[in-house]
Parts: sequence; structure tokens; C-alpha cells
Amino acid sequence: MSQPESKDPGKIVDHLFRHEAGKMVAVLTRMFGFSNIEQAEDVVQDTILSALHVWKFGKIPENPSAWLYQTAKNKAIDMLRRQQVKHKIDSEIAYLLKSEYTLAPTVSEMFTENEIQDSQLRMMFACCHPSISPELQISLILKTLCGLSVKEIANAFLTNEETIGKRLYRTKEKIRNEKIPLEYPGAEAMPSRTASILKTLYLLFNEGYNSSHQERLIREDLCEEAMRLALLLAENEKTSLPETHALLALMCYHTSRFNSRLDDKGMIILLKDQDRSQWNKFLITKGNEYMERSASGTNVSDLHLEAAIASIHANAMHYEQTDWKSILRLYDVLLSRTDNPMVSLNRAVVCAEVQGFETAISLLEEMKGLTENCYYNTSLAEMYLNIGNKTEAKKLLGKALSLTSSNAEIELIRKKINLCR
Amino acid sequence: MEKFIYLFRGGDNHAHNAKDSKVAEANMKAWMDWMGSLAQKGILAGGEPLQPTGMQISGKSKVVTDGPFIEAKEMVGGYLIINAKDIKEAAEISKGCPIFNENGKVEIRPIQKMEM
Repeated sequence: MSQPESKDPGKIVDHLFRHEAGKMVAVLTRMFGFSNIEQAEDVVQDTILSALHVWKFGKIPENPSAWLYQTAKNKAIDMLRRQQVKHKIDSEIAYLLKSEYTLAPTVSEMFTENEIQDSQLRMMFACCHPSISPELQISLILKTLCGLSVKEIANAFLTNEETIGKRLYRTKEKIRNEKIPLEYPGAEAMPSRTASILKTLYLLFNEGYNSSHQERLIREDLCEEAMRLALLLAENEKTSLPETHALLALMCYHTSRFNSRLDDKGMIILLKDQDRSQWNKFLITKGNEYMERSASGTNVSDLHLEAAIASIHANAMHYEQTDWKSILRLYDVLLSRTDNPMVSLNRAVVCAEVQGFETAISLLEEMKGLTENCYYNTSLAEMYLNIGNKTEAKKLLGKALSLTSSNAEIELIRKKINLCR
Repeated sequence: MEKFIYLFRGGDNHAHNAKDSKVAEANMKAWMDWMGSLAQKGILAGGEPLQPTGMQISGKSKVVTDGPFIEAKEMVGGYLIINAKDIKEAAEISKGCPIFNENGKVEIRPIQKMEM
């Protein structure tokens, strides 16, 4: 755990809440059973309130995390001793929680580092259960594993608390009705179930990385959480698949550019114009390490391909030194296995670097169903601008302007429109 | 399937008897493992450890006496209720109990089914 920086109890609790609440919810849910997740959340909420109350008047304990765990343990034991709760628990360790012989030591055991990790992994499998839709999976992960409040999730998705509240309620209902267990899938289902977690973490990361959200802090948080959970998968032998390392590599490469993508005023700086000396070398090296680890087995996943593309960008000293031909080849493979129009779009943009703007323009003009996509319009406009067709470029940029609500993007498009005069 | 009760007597580290915390912890682990294995086989039906104190109420005049009543090694320190085919099987199962490593003993009593 990273150490809190401030001595203000409110801030420390906020910080701890984000880092520890998710862990505690995972552990407690494992004890109470997935269908009793609300009881687990209540215990955590109660623990946080106790901390706020006690720490406000006294000294903040030396090890705040340990204090929280101890408090949560006591509250959990109190709860489990109540007859009506005892009858409801339906976890695989329920029998150990029903007798005083084993209750307290079992609760203690569950709060040891190994078990905390184990609980989080189980929680990931449960949250990413195939019967829960990806959109709901992300909200559920943010709530249960990342300790985000309903308000924070709503904020991250640019929607209101009511929507997220309803979404989570529906998900919990589903968990109860479908009796989704908090277990590892069997060996046979392990690769596909892990792959679906990876997909959700990838979406979570993108939500943070590409989000049009104004508040940078929220976006960084989402990326950080996605990486933390991916790292948990990589550290466990059951889930440490080549694809897991590919995803981590991809995340490292993208994150290495986090600080170079926006200028002081929050304006977007395009890849071409970024100051590459500002890219985080540590993260690029880490990315390369994960890339190497991902290269085992025979399966080349989409994540491998995307990570490979990101790797070429991250390791090019200058924009001009980018190995566009290799990137194009990787896009060709990606395109052969997906009908995602964004892949075609990205491929066309790369094509401009290899085969020239005219080829890229004709590729883009042929594409269907993307005319309402902001990035499509700006990309095509860029191509026209490059061959000197300012009229066409201006028209497309005008269209793009109506398709985004992000201030940074609006500014960038305005700047381009000025070039069309 | 019949129900039996295991009454645990004595046991140097049983429940409240433990003095050395390291030994107590190891003992606790042994009990958890044993009870866990019983639970997984569907044998365990419940049970609790008991405190060494208590009260005794007796006679028509309901005389109240404070415990303890007998010396520690004879006192019931806890009980489990288990499922077994017959008392022989119940006895066989009890042999895995950690209390035998700590000078304790197990008394097995079949649960009486009351006839209507």
C-alpha cells in the first residue's frame, strides 16, 4: 500500500477507502457469500465511519490499513454471531463461521495477505461472470473491487447517480437469481473466463485513457485500478496467461504517454507532436518486459497484436523512425479477425504513412457507418488537409465539432479549422 | 444416518486452557483443519467451545451454585454434533480429533430420538 501523504484524517480516509475498501469488500463477500454482498458493503462502510470518527479525535494509527482490517474483522464477527445473519451465509466456508471453535480464527485468516489476494481474484471472476453484461461488469468492479462510490462511478461515466444505482441494483439482483458463486472456474473454463476479465479490464482502462472526461484525476484512477487488477492476475499462476502479460504491456505503453498527451492548458497533443523525452521510460521498459513474457504459447490474441503495435510506437525514438510497415502488417492481421470499424479506421490512418494520403483517403471514403464518428471525420480531414484540399477538410472538421463534448477535442478541432483558411 | 455428540474433556490447549500463544495457535490450526475435513464430508452438524465457568441450578428450591464444579481435566470444554452411520463409525471418526495430542478425551453419546 502506498503511504498517505496528508495528515488530514478526511484525506487519509479517502485514500485508504479507495485502496482498502475494495479489498475488504472482496474478503467479506467471500465469507458471507456473493448473494450477501450488501452486508459486506455495510461492514466496510461502517468500518470507514468508525475510522473517521475515532481518528478525528485521537491520533491516526501507525498502520491505518491494519487498523481498518482489525475493525472490519470485529464488525464481521459481531455480524456473523447474529442468528439471522448466520442462517443467510452461503459461502463455501460457511461451516467455519457457524461455530465459535472456528469463527474468529477463520475471519483472521481471511484477512491475511494471501487470502485478500485470493478473494479479489475470486471477486474478479464473479464480477466478470458471462451472465453479467460488460457494461454492468465494469460498474460492479468499480464498486466492489476499486472502492468507488456510486457518485464517483456516475462521475466517471458522465451520468447520474440514479442510473448507476439502478445498474448496480439490477446486477446484484442477477447475482442472487443466478446464484453466481465466488469461485475460481474449473481448469477447462479458466482461459476463457480469464480472457473475459482481461476484456473488461481493457474496457475499464480505455474508459480512463480515452475518456472525454474533464477531470484528469478520475481518468488516472480508472487506469490505475485497471492496471492494479491486471497485475493481480499476472501474479497468480492460475491467471497468469500470455494474454494477461500482453494486456499489461499494452497498459504500460499507453500509460507511459499519459503526461505527454495534454499540454499545460489541457490541450491534446497528437502522437506526432509529443515530446518523446517526456515519455515514462520506466513504464516502457516494464511494457517491454511484459511483452517478452507474453510471448509464450501458440495463441496470438488480439491483445498481443495491440500490444505489439503500442510497443512499436513506444520504442520509436522519433515519429519519423516509426516502423509503419510492421504496424500496418499487425493491423492487417487484426482486421482479418474482427469487423470492428475502429480497427479499419486505424489501419487506414497507418496506411497513409506507408502508401500515402490518396490511398488512405480512398480507404476512408469507402468505409461505411463511421460518418457519425468524431475520430473518423478528423482523420479524414487530416488527410485532405495534407493533400491541400482545405474545403473538404473544413467540412469534415465542422461535422466532427458537432460530435464531441470534450473541451480538449473541441479546441484541437478549432485549431485545425483555422488551418483551413 | 444417526446423530452423535462429542463431549470434549480436558485438553491442555483446548479452548480456554491454552497458555502459550504459539502452541495455542498451532492447536487452533489443527482443530480448524479437522473440523474443516469433517464439514467437507458432511459429517459436521455443529458445535461450540465452552467457557470454564458457569452456574448450576438444582433441586426443587432451585439452589444456585457458581462453577467450576469439577477439576479442569474432567470438565466438558466443548462439544460437536456429528452425523455417522453408527457409534462405531462415530468412534472411528473421533480418532482424528486433535484433543488426543493434548491430553484430552472424547466422550461419544448417541442423540436420543424421542418416540411419540
